[in-house]
Amino acid sequence: MIPLLSLIVFTPWIGAALLALWRGASPGAIRGLGLLFSLSTLGLGLIALSRFDPAITVPQFGETHDWISMLNVHYRLGLDGLSLVLVLLTGIITPVALIASWREHRDARLFTALFLLLQGAALGVFLALDFFHWFVFWELSLVPAFFLIKLWGGPSATRAAYQFVIYTIGGSAFMLLAFAALYAATGTLDFLQLGQYGADGTLNVRLGAIGGWWPRAVFLGALLGLAVKVPLWPFHTWLPPAYAEAPTGASMFLTAVMSKMGVYGFLRILWPIFPTQLHQAAPCLLWLALGGVVFGAFAAMRQTDLKRMVAYSSLNHLNYCLLALFALSAATGQPGTTSAAAAAALSGTILQMFNHGLSAAALFYCVGVLEARSGGRRGLNDFGGVRTAAPIFAGLCGVALFSSLGLPGLNGFVGEFLIFRGVFGLAPWAAAVACLGLLATALFLLTFWQRVFHGPTGKVAANFPDLSLSEILPLLPLIGLMFILGVWPQFLAKLINPLVSLWAGQLPLP
Amino acid sequence: MSLPVQLLWLIPALPLLAAGIGSLTPRSGRGLASGAAIVAMAISFLLSCGALATALAQPAAHLVHNFAWFDLGGSAVRLGWLLDPLTAFMCVMVTFVGTLIFIFSTGYLHEDANFTRFFCFLSLFAAAMLGLLVANSLLLLFICWELVGLASYLLIGFWFHKPSAAAAAKKAFITTRIGDLGLLLGMLWLYDSTGSLLFYDGGQGVLEATALGGLVAQTTIGGLAVSTAIGLLIFCGAIGKSGQFPLHVWLPDAMEGPTPVSALIHAATMVAAGVFLVARVYPLMSADQGLAHVPVHALTVVAAIGAITALLGALIAVAQSDIKRVLAFSTVSQLGYMMLALGVGSWVAAIFHLLTHAFFKALLFLGSGSVIHAAHHEQDIRRLGGLRGPMRATFATFAIGMMALAGVPFLFSGFWSKEAILHAAHNWDVSHLPLYAGLAAVVLTAFYMTRLVAETFFGSPRSEEASHAHENSAVMTVPLILLAVCAVLLGFLGTPAYPWLQARLEGHTEVHGHPIFEGAGLLMLSIVLVAVGIGSGWALYGRRPRANANALDPIEGRLPGLFAVLRARFGFDELYAATVGRLNTAMAALSDGLDRYVWDAAVRFLAALGEFGGVVNREADEDVLNGGFDATNDRLRGTARSYSAAQTGGAHGYLRTVAVGFVLLVLIVMLGGGV
Repeated sequence: MIPLLSLIVFTPWIGAALLALWRGASPGAIRGLGLLFSLSTLGLGLIALSRFDPAITVPQFGETHDWISMLNVHYRLGLDGLSLVLVLLTGIITPVALIASWREHRDARLFTALFLLLQGAALGVFLALDFFHWFVFWELSLVPAFFLIKLWGGPSATRAAYQFVIYTIGGSAFMLLAFAALYAATGTLDFLQLGQYGADGTLNVRLGAIGGWWPRAVFLGALLGLAVKVPLWPFHTWLPPAYAEAPTGASMFLTAVMSKMGVYGFLRILWPIFPTQLHQAAPCLLWLALGGVVFGAFAAMRQTDLKRMVAYSSLNHLNYCLLALFALSAATGQPGTTSAAAAAALSGTILQMFNHGLSAAALFYCVGVLEARSGGRRGLNDFGGVRTAAPIFAGLCGVALFSSLGLPGLNGFVGEFLIFRGVFGLAPWAAAVACLGLLATALFLLTFWQRVFHGPTGKVAANFPDLSLSEILPLLPLIGLMFILGVWPQFLAKLINPLVSLWAGQLPLP
Repeated sequence: MSLPVQLLWLIPALPLLAAGIGSLTPRSGRGLASGAAIVAMAISFLLSCGALATALAQPAAHLVHNFAWFDLGGSAVRLGWLLDPLTAFMCVMVTFVGTLIFIFSTGYLHEDANFTRFFCFLSLFAAAMLGLLVANSLLLLFICWELVGLASYLLIGFWFHKPSAAAAAKKAFITTRIGDLGLLLGMLWLYDSTGSLLFYDGGQGVLEATALGGLVAQTTIGGLAVSTAIGLLIFCGAIGKSGQFPLHVWLPDAMEGPTPVSALIHAATMVAAGVFLVARVYPLMSADQGLAHVPVHALTVVAAIGAITALLGALIAVAQSDIKRVLAFSTVSQLGYMMLALGVGSWVAAIFHLLTHAFFKALLFLGSGSVIHAAHHEQDIRRLGGLRGPMRATFATFAIGMMALAGVPFLFSGFWSKEAILHAAHNWDVSHLPLYAGLAAVVLTAFYMTRLVAETFFGSPRSEEASHAHENSAVMTVPLILLAVCAVLLGFLGTPAYPWLQARLEGHTEVHGHPIFEGAGLLMLSIVLVAVGIGSGWALYGRRPRANANALDPIEGRLPGLFAVLRARFGFDELYAATVGRLNTAMAALSDGLDRYVWDAAVRFLAALGEFGGVVNREADEDVLNGGFDATNDRLRGTARSYSAAQTGGAHGYLRTVAVGFVLLVLIVMLGGGV
């Protein structure tokens, strides 16, 4: 039996190790090797997809090995519909992000190796089922991300990188402490086991036995770590500088994949393990998620740096996911809560994760193209009339913008519609307030499109060559998927629906 | 020949295919892009005729074909096609008018560099519009609704190098999206309450008795029935799309688009989608009519908005001097009429007027396009004039369109459909205010259209461009003539003597007419009003034509204050800029400020606190304690290092602290008897 999941996680690391050892590699070899190993995820992910049975809701392709038996720590990997969607997303985004970085000529070997390290760590997070190595992957992902931002980033990259890493580690530290307490109380770090304890109330009893405030404190610790990572508003101030200063490829990976680690954590850890605490905190958290949706979108309107604008739009989009989850948790057990609304909220969250990955990565890619053609400019008012000079680029970027805006027919709509459908059924007023976010999103994305692409052709845009074939190719899979998932969402929905139905049918609340 | 409902999707699919072809065609492939668009549209027209045959064979039936889109929880999100006389008549109209406008466009835009792109967008629009018509699901309707908005956005901003066009496109998209958010909320509410968004589904659909009964039975905020609340939210979408007060401001600006676009999208079809939407969900909108003790009925609001818009649009049109803006405000006003008809209970009158209006307004817009094309893009009526001689075909057809719009009696279609609306308003027992607004608009419409024709075609040319104008080629005049024929004949489908169209729309197979002069008081009154409007218009603008482009408008000379207010469109744009616009800017500034000065400041404060701790430790370490307490010294140095390490971002020190904490905590909990 081939350990498929271990292969998925560690193949990029093997590539990173090869690159690290191969001192005299030519640029072509570095690129080829990097692309090959980053594509391994997609290849292996597709193999997993072909063998995956959506009807089985427990993690499949499971691998369990004793690791540190003294501490009851096991090496456990498993893949369910949620993980599969994210593995596929990682498999699609990473190669594209790597290709987008091919303009980067400084120390390409180190850059590529770090990128592959980052990819493997993210995959580990999506597949690990035991807190111990889940946390190792979680923290390890920060190291390459830090160096990618600091060494290849913009002028204030150093500050942005430090802020990003310290802030995230600060959050994770609390999560680590929380899990230490969980381990002490239950003797296990297995997510599924802990989820069971959470669902049947054992966890509350055990933690409560230490002291009355322990269950809450432990919950808050775990919450903080995840909230910073997503980020939940207002723990987001690291995000705009980090996304803006990072090199294009890293921005794409950060927003498309790493931000999903946080949302994944909410779904995999916080919601199943702490159902009661989340239920109690959710009415409050709901406001924060709404804050992210509304303030994120309006703050984006104020940005003149296009990368910061896209960064804020990411904040807005990801808070839709949390909005759905919090609305669901808040409404759990309330009269009138239907499993139809719950299923819509959960499906919407997962689809939104995938869709946001596509659209945000494509937008960062497009801003990267603008930067490369204008000597590093990316101000909202620096361009104008680019569509006249580069119609193909304008068209593809337009598709990405409208996907991000949630235009029906493209992927973004389906996830957002389901989230709104779910939230309306669970907390109608929250859905009504969140509509403000939809409006503001349309405003700033159309402003982006208008200022950059329309109007008379400015000085910068005058000598703008249109996209070359090698620039179109990496964008095509993203754009293609936007259309496919917009028209045929069943492709993803069928993978997650049995899992979502199960979750919606037995909302975990003791 | 008849088209079964299972194949109804072909009608929107063909233009979609043409749009796909157009999007992949290089700029040089003009013939391919326009040919594909026109052929697809023409075939869709034939298919629509087939669909009409199917629908008329059993007009009372709602033929549906539903299917699952994707799995969701225990069920699935379902979509479907719907074929009934309403859908079929609308499809025939859209494909017929669309084909003519496509043909006209090949002449109008033949010099444009982005010719292929234009036909791609036009086909995309047609596909979305037809999809909207055949949808049997509010969700599918909404999807197509947004896509027609996209096509409208792309086509208004077709000449995107003009900043005014780019701005108008954005304004149109955002303004309609405000209404669409209401529609979205209404749809979500409907979905949540009924568990379905299919219109008709063998008794389970949202427009069928079971679902409606449930919606009427519940009340919500303010004592409204849930059906009323949902209906009003859905109506918000119609307000935005159909340019109704108070969201009418985008439609006149949309005239920045090429004139065929104005004809197709902003006169004949898309802007009428709001009227179609209300007619489509009419069972829902009128479900609350049986309730006596509710604050308001949904249709009453529709009637009020329609009446206000009909009057407002007509008033503003009187003082505009851009040929397309006059027509744009006329469209606003006429859409108000249709809404008024819906509100007072006669959705068939609204659809009748929608259909006749589509033909004569498309005719008028294409006529104005013909003028603009001939006069080298001069579209200010003050600088035109005297075009009657050189542009005979355009003049004749434009005059027919003008008489249809003004409601010149008996021969012209607009007369009959407008009459049907006034009749319905007269019979409304809630209030007669909509009737009065409608009658006032009749005078105004006749007046401003006479002014428009007199200024454009009579007198003598008042600019270089106008004096060099000559008639356009057959590719542009033949569509005008065909539309003019329809603008006359279509009225006879629905005269009071033989209201065939109304009967079929309502699902009857027999037609019950009554003598035209039964209850002739209203009929006579409106004929007199039309005569007053045309007469006064001719007296002011026709008998003494404007001498030169800078001469004062006769009304401006007599009532300068009123004219200025009308010309400034009652200042709605300024009002919105000062309120909504400012609120929006303030909100953006607040959001950005919160980040910079509150959240980021808090983070910086915590960081500074950490730094301060590090400094204190180091100072204590080096100055105060130096040399003295060696044992303490070592410990403090360690702490200081870890603090400063935290500051400079060395993750190791931080992690070490965390690890120590982790171990300590485990110990505390274990020793404390946790396990």
